[in-house]
Amino acid sequence: MPFHKNGHRKQNTMSIQETRVILKNIGVINPLNIDEYIAAGGYKGLKKALTMKPAEVFEEVVASGLRGRGGAGFPSGLKQKFTSESRPGVKERYVVVNADEGEPGTFKDRVIMEQDPHIYLEGAIIAAYAIQASMVYVYIRGEYQESIRNTQKAIDDAYAKGIIGKGVMGADFDCNVEIKLGAGSYLCGEELTMLESLEGKRGNPRIKPPFPAETGVFKKPTLVNNVETLANLPGIITHGKDWYRSMGTEDSPGTKIFTVSGQVNKPGYYEVAMGITLQQLLDLCGGMRDGRTFKAALLGGAAGTFVDASMLNEQMTFDNLQKKGATLGSGAVMIFSEDDSIYDILHNCLRFFKHESCGKCVPCRVGTTMLVKKADDLRNGHPDKEKLLTDMVRDAEMMAGTSLCFLGQSPVLPLKSAAKYFSNELTG
Amino acid sequence: MSTQEIIQQFKPQQHNLLNILHAIQDHHPQNYLTEEALEETARYLKLTKSSVYGVAKYYTMFSLKPRGKYVLRVCVSPVCEIMKVNTIIAALEKKLEIKTGETTKDGLFTLEVSECLGQCDEAPSMMINDKVYNHLDEKRIDELIRKYAG
Ligand SMILES: Cc1cc2nc3c(=O)[nH]c(=O)nc-3n(C[C@H](O)[C@H](O)[C@H](O)COP(=O)(O)O)c2cc1C
Ligand code: SF4
Ligand code: FES
Repeated sequence: MPFHKNGHRKQNTMSIQETRVILKNIGVINPLNIDEYIAAGGYKGLKKALTMKPAEVFEEVVASGLRGRGGAGFPSGLKQKFTSESRPGVKERYVVVNADEGEPGTFKDRVIMEQDPHIYLEGAIIAAYAIQASMVYVYIRGEYQESIRNTQKAIDDAYAKGIIGKGVMGADFDCNVEIKLGAGSYLCGEELTMLESLEGKRGNPRIKPPFPAETGVFKKPTLVNNVETLANLPGIITHGKDWYRSMGTEDSPGTKIFTVSGQVNKPGYYEVAMGITLQQLLDLCGGMRDGRTFKAALLGGAAGTFVDASMLNEQMTFDNLQKKGATLGSGAVMIFSEDDSIYDILHNCLRFFKHESCGKCVPCRVGTTMLVKKADDLRNGHPDKEKLLTDMVRDAEMMAGTSLCFLGQSPVLPLKSAAKYFSNELTG
Repeated sequence: MSTQEIIQQFKPQQHNLLNILHAIQDHHPQNYLTEEALEETARYLKLTKSSVYGVAKYYTMFSLKPRGKYVLRVCVSPVCEIMKVNTIIAALEKKLEIKTGETTKDGLFTLEVSECLGQCDEAPSMMINDKVYNHLDEKRIDELIRKYAG
């Protein structure tokens, strides 16, 4: 159950409000005006961080319990610590901001970049200070033109004010920031593939390990973080870990931005304390569109999981959803009603993976193509549809075990969960 | 600006390759990367022509053949699909008298599809060059095509 600032447990039955921490400036300040950002308390977190030792900064983040918002939920403080301590002799370290946001249904990072770019820029510099990196690359997908423009404006203004560049805010710490553009490849959102792309190469995955913390961009220790993850840092450093932990749950502290789309009355972005249920999120969105009936949600994007109405009252935290075989992922929540075909949506996801597979390893190249073919057969009157669907799940599981990168491990997620909740519809 | 001038705005380092290719392509009236441009880029970055070509070919936003003055990229991911983007694509194909992937005879429009554009709360969506258009329906499509056709 979510905790509130005053420490009371909030009743599930009460109507939930948004808790805007990351999005607090949105609609309040002009995103293109650095003075307004500063007047709203901006760059205070960075200023404070610069008075701390780098290790004190990442220890605070460790204690806050912040987990990565890019999908995997890895503890962010620990990642900073590992990256800061790996290969002690190496001087150069990098921060790479993952602003590739290609997961279908996800648009939270775009909202931050367009409407309050300084907040994640500030977070990125705090992270750079924590690991003593003097270069930050922001890798933004090429389609996000407004994000690119607004981020560039924020960078230019921060340089002009001496907030970045030589001697960050007057401290003995230099840090430069540069934008790198993606060019329409979902796979390049995967961190190691992103580093290849950033270096000016094709987006072919690298083999893990080594992880970026050891061998990242230009073979140097690199911290890769999602935009929303970094946007949490100014608040954590300014107000401290206890403030942060007063929101959300024990295992998933803080807030989460959910991007809700599909059959609801008010689709959009919602920042809420972690621990909200799917039903509460639906209520925030004004309920189902024009009184339609809820049938399914796809949580976390194409590389996510379907759930049905039996999951409406489950808390949407990293651990609880995982326990129930579902995913939080990027925070994408696509809502479907009685009128929508689960088959069409699943087919769309499978087609997506086929399209985005880089083809480097056989299980994924052949597997993603075959899954689309079998999904076609499912529609075209196969004699034993139940067996066909079981075969598809088994194939996808095999792919998950043998593919080189996470893309090949993804189709099993929507497929298996769709088969779990909607096998009647899929085989009917 | 010549291709040469565009390229020279960047430092001659391989990690600038994608930014350079974007800049060149955006500047070309037919929205594509010419063979000469790839050669010039390779020379500038001291890379083989084949590796630059390989990169340009890998990424879906880059084109190696001429396209229209305006490139339409319509989202076909799940939310846009349930919001009936297929009828939008059909309407565009009919109106422009081309199929997806083709360019109109007058060289004005190329019709392409894209994965999720991150506009899902306002689906169905598409981009025309660097601009986003949401809540598409047939009326809106008519207006947009008329506007761009000038
Ligand atoms: C195929 C694939 C696509 C991904 N796309 C993104 C993305 O667009 N944005 C993102 O932040 N993380 C994405 N990730 C996750 C990253 O690999 C990585 O875990 C994340 O950037 C780490 O940042 P965090 O710890 O702040 O979450 C993707 C992963 C995979 C396997
Ligand atoms: S799993 Fe798929 S995307 Fe990943 S390396 Fe193999 S073929 Fe490429
Ligand atoms: S599904 Fe079309 S914009 Fe996201």
